[in-house]
Amino acid sequence: MTANTWTQNNPLYLDYQATTPTDPRVVESMVPFWSEKFGNPHSRNHRFGWEAEDAVEIARGQVADIIGASPKEIIFTSGATESNNLAIKGVAKFYGDKRNHIITCVTEHKCVLEACRALQGDGFDVTYLHVKENGLIDLDELKAAITDKTLLVSIMAVNNEIGVIQPLKEIGALCRENKVFFHTDAAQAVGKIPLDVDEMNIDMLSISGHKIYGPMGIGAMYIRRKPRVRLVPLIHGGGQERGMRSGTLPTPLVVGLGKACELAKKEMAAEAERLREFQRRLYEGLQQRIPEIFLNGDLESRIPGNLNISFAYVEGEGLMMGIKDLAVSSGSACTSASLEPSYVLRALGVEEELAHTSLRLGLGRFTTEDDIDYAIERIAKEVNRLRDLSPLWDMAQAGIDLKSIKWAEH
Amino acid sequence: MAYSKELIDHYENPRNVGSMEDDAGDVGTGLVGAPACGDVMKLQIKVNPEGIIEDAKFKTFGCGSAIASSSLVTEWVKGKTVDEAGEIKNTDIAEELALPPVKIHCSVLAEDAIKAAIDDYKGKTGQTDTDAVGESQDAAE
Repeated sequence: MTANTWTQNNPLYLDYQATTPTDPRVVESMVPFWSEKFGNPHSRNHRFGWEAEDAVEIARGQVADIIGASPKEIIFTSGATESNNLAIKGVAKFYGDKRNHIITCVTEHKCVLEACRALQGDGFDVTYLHVKENGLIDLDELKAAITDKTLLVSIMAVNNEIGVIQPLKEIGALCRENKVFFHTDAAQAVGKIPLDVDEMNIDMLSISGHKIYGPMGIGAMYIRRKPRVRLVPLIHGGGQERGMRSGTLPTPLVVGLGKACELAKKEMAAEAERLREFQRRLYEGLQQRIPEIFLNGDLESRIPGNLNISFAYVEGEGLMMGIKDLAVSSGSACTSASLEPSYVLRALGVEEELAHTSLRLGLGRFTTEDDIDYAIERIAKEVNRLRDLSPLWDMAQAGIDLKSIKWAEH
Repeated sequence: MAYSKELIDHYENPRNVGSMEDDAGDVGTGLVGAPACGDVMKLQIKVNPEGIIEDAKFKTFGCGSAIASSSLVTEWVKGKTVDEAGEIKNTDIAEELALPPVKIHCSVLAEDAIKAAIDDYKGKTGQTDTDAVGESQDAAE
């Protein structure tokens, strides 16, 4: 597709952290398992069941392979939200009478924060670690937070808004040393960065299908066997997935997730290199065309497919309305009644006024160099137009310190 | 969210963008909102000796609805007397632009901007008719 075909009704997709298109090769792999090989993988008595089960076990191996795990340590779930809930609540319920302290971090995905919040209602203590200005946790702060009551540390591998990669290996070592379980939400990390559950001492890891060019509605969870992690299931029933997650497995989705992992593993290195170059081109291109822009989160410890940038003096949602031919996400939450900007950006210490001017730009497998150049052109044009409309830009140009003005907060 | 044709037109082709001399005796300036809340409007009116608003200019930092609301009110106040302009209600603005409920605060801010500009003008000309500078009727914020 050439750049000049992008329109409001056919926008350029730059929101790969929200979801990814299912890779056509993944779709193809799923096709036989809808109507032809439709068996229940848990049916033990006939060929339909066996062929579905075989396909599921191949997929389990493909998922295990991308994180250096054994297939026996993988269970399938509906997605990373379920995996995160199962990891946190399941472990808490199993071990909670002995140890009732959980450590997580303020920039986690809502499903981790809310699962922890729910456990607080059940009497658990939760420590929410702060992050540094670059979005990474402070290992000394983590170390200091661990007590003899600490059961679990849950720290995401890659942040969904700012793409920063947490120091997993160091966190894992610290957890192992203190005999604390380490869970990581790797929804945004799998297939983007190399992961090895043994090397990183990860005890539980959550995977999402639709973030890695697989189908929606499927995810997986890694649960370590040695030393064994035990948990109470959230969903009771026929005892599938070794009793940890009952319910008939959706064979086509499972096959799709497996294929997505296989492709991601095979293509990860080349893809990362390609996207790193696009990330650089986009960031530098925007910097050259637009003064006073600010990157949120660390640039080095970051997946190559993400940029989160504050375009000072231009409100993010207003900006998005001007670039309707680009599908991006805003760090401003002005559409919600709260008017609160992103809690992730606020946690980095990004001031509210700057947080309101942020866009998340997500690059991925189907992004081209022409797309990058097109996005630079469109964003630069619109930011500069809106700055001409912005009283704050005028004031800043006139040398007025915006902080010296007594604003009426509304 | 689907925005109205009117709103998009004001966003894409904003009317009366610009600034007037703050210090001029016949210019009233209203600066409302806060950067931390994601919207700031600056609205200026120029009033002739007969008390008619001859010209209006705005600059807005905010979402599309905030930009459109302020653009619209600059059109509306022109040709009105200062007191007539003070009668413009946020509900009229919201209705004209078909603002969705979460964007009503943008119309409230636009009403506040007019009132602040009128207030400033009256302060400069020694009129202290504070009755025209009522609080916004909508307490949505």
